[in-house]
Amino acid sequence: MAISTLDQTIGQKQQSWLSGVLGSQTFWVFIAVVAACIFLSFATDAFATSKNLYNITRNVTFVAIIALGMTLVIITGGIDLSVGSVLCLCSMVLGVTMHAGYGIEVGIAASIATALIIGAFNGVLIAYLGFPPFVVTLGMLSVARSLAMVASNNTVVFQFGPDHDLLLSLGGGAWFFGIANPVLYMIVLALITGFVLRWTRFGRYVYAIGGNEHAATLTGVPVKPIKVAVYMISALSAGIAGIIQTGWLGAITTNLGAGLELQVIAAAVIGGANLAGGIGTATGALIGAALIEIIRNSLGLLGINAFWQGTFIGSAIILAVLFERIRNFRQSE
Amino acid sequence: MAVLELSNISKHFGAIQAVNDVSLSIEPGEVVGLMGDNGAGKSTLVKMIAGNFRPSEGTMKMDGAELILHKPVEARRHGIEIVHQDLALCNNLTAAANVFLGRELRRGFGPFAVLDYATMYRRAGELFKELKSETRPRDLVKKMSGGQRQAVAIARTRLSNAKIVLMDEPTAAISVRQVAEVLSLIHRLRDQGIAVVLISHRMPDVFSVADRVIVLRRGRKVADKKIASSSPEEVTGLITGAIEQV
Repeated sequence: MAISTLDQTIGQKQQSWLSGVLGSQTFWVFIAVVAACIFLSFATDAFATSKNLYNITRNVTFVAIIALGMTLVIITGGIDLSVGSVLCLCSMVLGVTMHAGYGIEVGIAASIATALIIGAFNGVLIAYLGFPPFVVTLGMLSVARSLAMVASNNTVVFQFGPDHDLLLSLGGGAWFFGIANPVLYMIVLALITGFVLRWTRFGRYVYAIGGNEHAATLTGVPVKPIKVAVYMISALSAGIAGIIQTGWLGAITTNLGAGLELQVIAAAVIGGANLAGGIGTATGALIGAALIEIIRNSLGLLGINAFWQGTFIGSAIILAVLFERIRNFRQSE
Repeated sequence: MAVLELSNISKHFGAIQAVNDVSLSIEPGEVVGLMGDNGAGKSTLVKMIAGNFRPSEGTMKMDGAELILHKPVEARRHGIEIVHQDLALCNNLTAAANVFLGRELRRGFGPFAVLDYATMYRRAGELFKELKSETRPRDLVKKMSGGQRQAVAIARTRLSNAKIVLMDEPTAAISVRQVAEVLSLIHRLRDQGIAVVLISHRMPDVFSVADRVIVLRRGRKVADKKIASSSPEEVTGLITGAIEQV
């Protein structure tokens, strides 16, 4: 009898699938997104039009793609403030390379290489030399934007050489069922990120490092290489977003992506990533980005002064984390 | 034959002599209490066996073969498992994930190998059953009691064919009921022929589970005797220096 109860206890699941979902911040933010969409479809004529939805989904992508990379960094307990500038620098490298007459492959390769080098630089300083992530990436925020200005001589780049049209359709087209291309890239990248986090040893180690870095080291997790990798992935996501955004906008200025890092961090945090590390999901990053974009979009449609935008987005950040706090209080009681 | 044998091990950090000419041997299935005051050299000694430090002098032998460790991971490869004082657990992961941390099971092959959740849950469940601990593999460690957390840390040592388990203050920060749980976990390890080195401050724990007690003072071994032929009073005297050496 005693053995069978032990068996039962060990075999028991702590919580059902449903209560797990109901307890997650991501789920409630998702509900908020859906509720806002339903409300807006009734409250305004312009919201549920295909043109507006096309705009929203496309606008979401740039923040969402970077938020995927940022989520990995945040799960390890780090932060990457350089993504906005890295996006700008990668766009500029792409633009300048193509403007000089090289093909799109060369441009994209140069752009991605730039992102990976910056990510590796951040990562090595943080993981191997023990620099605080905040400081390193704050420095890189300044360096990368300055390099973008140097690369372009602070001019606007809008002619992209022989593959000009291809680049523009890559970012601005809709090759598949009328869905904007950037949205497709976002979905593919989100699926990859989600898979990696849940099903690979790398993903498991990312969570372990955020949960208890010391424990991860003691149990033989290659903590330092993994930290370098997450900063490379974060910079890569910014680089990819930069390439897509270049194609969409058709022009690059040196203030591209200014202040974007805060939106990206906000998206990740609203989606449930915990800045203390150890918690976060790919779905959360997308949903957080969606909520921010819907707030922005709806304020315009509802005729509310755009100056209020910051207040609403800021409140969303605080509210989302408030739910998390309330849940923790209940558990500790 | 002794599973682990230390001969004339010394370790100094600059001018500080942390461990001085210590020799000891541990038999399979033996529980040895390693005692001493703060700064007596217990941690340094354990860290040498765990591969964190290399001895300045002396040799270590495992099953008769010389043992040279450069990294903690190598100790594990030789069948030395450590239960750290802080348990080295990740609160945000499940019990099973913690048990397999650093040694995840995967299925598929090459770059397509994915984590094998089902097998890890099942194996972790079996280990908890073997340890007679009411610990659920799918629970987050964050929500567990001190005894369950110990069970998770100890279950780790059962993944490989450990020959010797070093436990650093396993009963320092848990309730009385949980102490009993941990001590019975130590018995389970011993019953399977695993040698256990129990580093502890708590006299009752050592006297209830250990077969032998080794006392260090100021880096030197001052006693190494059967529990049956010693007493808490004597060991206290040895730790404090009231009794010089036996």
